[in-house]
Amino acid sequence: MGWVLANLELIGSRTVSHLLLALPAIALSFVLALPLGWFAATRRWSRATLLTAAGLLYAIPSLPLFVVLPTIFGFGVRDALNVIVALTLYGLALMVRSAADALDSVGRPVRLSSTALGYSTFSRFWQVELPLAGPVLLAGLRVVAVSTISLVTVSSLLGVDNLGLLFVDGFQRGILAEVLTGIIATVLLAVAVDGLLVLLGRLLMPWAKAAGR
Amino acid sequence: MNYFSEAIAWILDPANASGPSGVWARCWEHLWYTLLAVVLACVIAIPLGYLVGHTRRGRGLVVVSSGAARALPTLGVVTLVGLVLGIGLVAPMVALVLLAVPSVLAGAYAGIEAIDRRTVDAARAMGMSEWEVLTRVEIPLGLPLLLGGVRSATLQVIATATLAAYVGAGGLGRFLFLGLKTQDYPQMLASALLVVAIALLMEGVFEISERAAARRLHTA
Repeated sequence: MGWVLANLELIGSRTVSHLLLALPAIALSFVLALPLGWFAATRRWSRATLLTAAGLLYAIPSLPLFVVLPTIFGFGVRDALNVIVALTLYGLALMVRSAADALDSVGRPVRLSSTALGYSTFSRFWQVELPLAGPVLLAGLRVVAVSTISLVTVSSLLGVDNLGLLFVDGFQRGILAEVLTGIIATVLLAVAVDGLLVLLGRLLMPWAKAAGR
Repeated sequence: MNYFSEAIAWILDPANASGPSGVWARCWEHLWYTLLAVVLACVIAIPLGYLVGHTRRGRGLVVVSSGAARALPTLGVVTLVGLVLGIGLVAPMVALVLLAVPSVLAGAYAGIEAIDRRTVDAARAMGMSEWEVLTRVEIPLGLPLLLGGVRSATLQVIATATLAAYVGAGGLGRFLFLGLKTQDYPQMLASALLVVAIALLMEGVFEISERAAARRLHTA
């Protein structure tokens, strides 16, 4: 506890940089997964291809990916952009599957009857499919959020500023309390963001209180 | 793209290939760590998962452990155990097993949970003992989902075994950290490519065995 109290400022700033890496990645993977998931859910032929690609993407270990991406995109290993892109790819790999399942769960009869009622494909997506898929999408987003927040820490091995640096520093200097603090702070951050997402879900989808879990 | 060809050249360079710290030795080390961790995790998690699945008690344990595993930062666990137990293989092994258990547990449990209740009840009605219900009905039917759990555990361990080198063990992570310290980009990339190759290889092995398991189930 003494270590935590003596280093509150450090923990605070690391938490902020942690969030600045994790939140854009979580948001980006959600936004990008929607059209891909919609494609997989409504165009049968694309489903297997997209989901296999997502599975393979997820099979790539994170630390190597942080090293490989810069050679493809040309940014530095320690750039925030590098970390965000890598985390977005992982989030996307998880989220595409959830988005496809979520939009799939809407069901063909519902889709056909909304078309019969005069919805265009575009308005059908926003007004019928998206709200109905909401609870399953939220469940997927929660998984992505929690695993992204935990994954950010790996980038600290490359020297990127986030809560993971507490592990690296604590390990190198033999400060057990620092490593423990890092673990607890990361888990608490994940739990907090998860809780906020549940709250957001309740606000946006008041009808799905029971299905949210 | 230039780095890529340099990395490939690094892998193929005979000077890096052999010896106790050569490419081949490190690949085997990596696979060996993975195998050991996954087998240990299976020994712990499969009986537990079957117990929960068969008795339908303690479902909360499975849900909580898989949620906690997702939130728990791997690097934190590796460094924490490394500090407590000292550097070497034991620390990363403990961390790897800890990380593999939830996936296997969830797979073992979900495999049994997903079976139609009527199938299990029919087996009981035919006079099977609880042990026979478990070994002849629930375990065979749950095999595909168990394999899925072992698969994701294995992939996770392959990825994480890279971190073992950070706390003094071997494996392909050695090249990565060595390259990181000496700014040797081709070496870092070579290590990354090798880990990815092993991951994709194992993914292929599991894909084939999962298909074989599914086929056996349908013809049996």
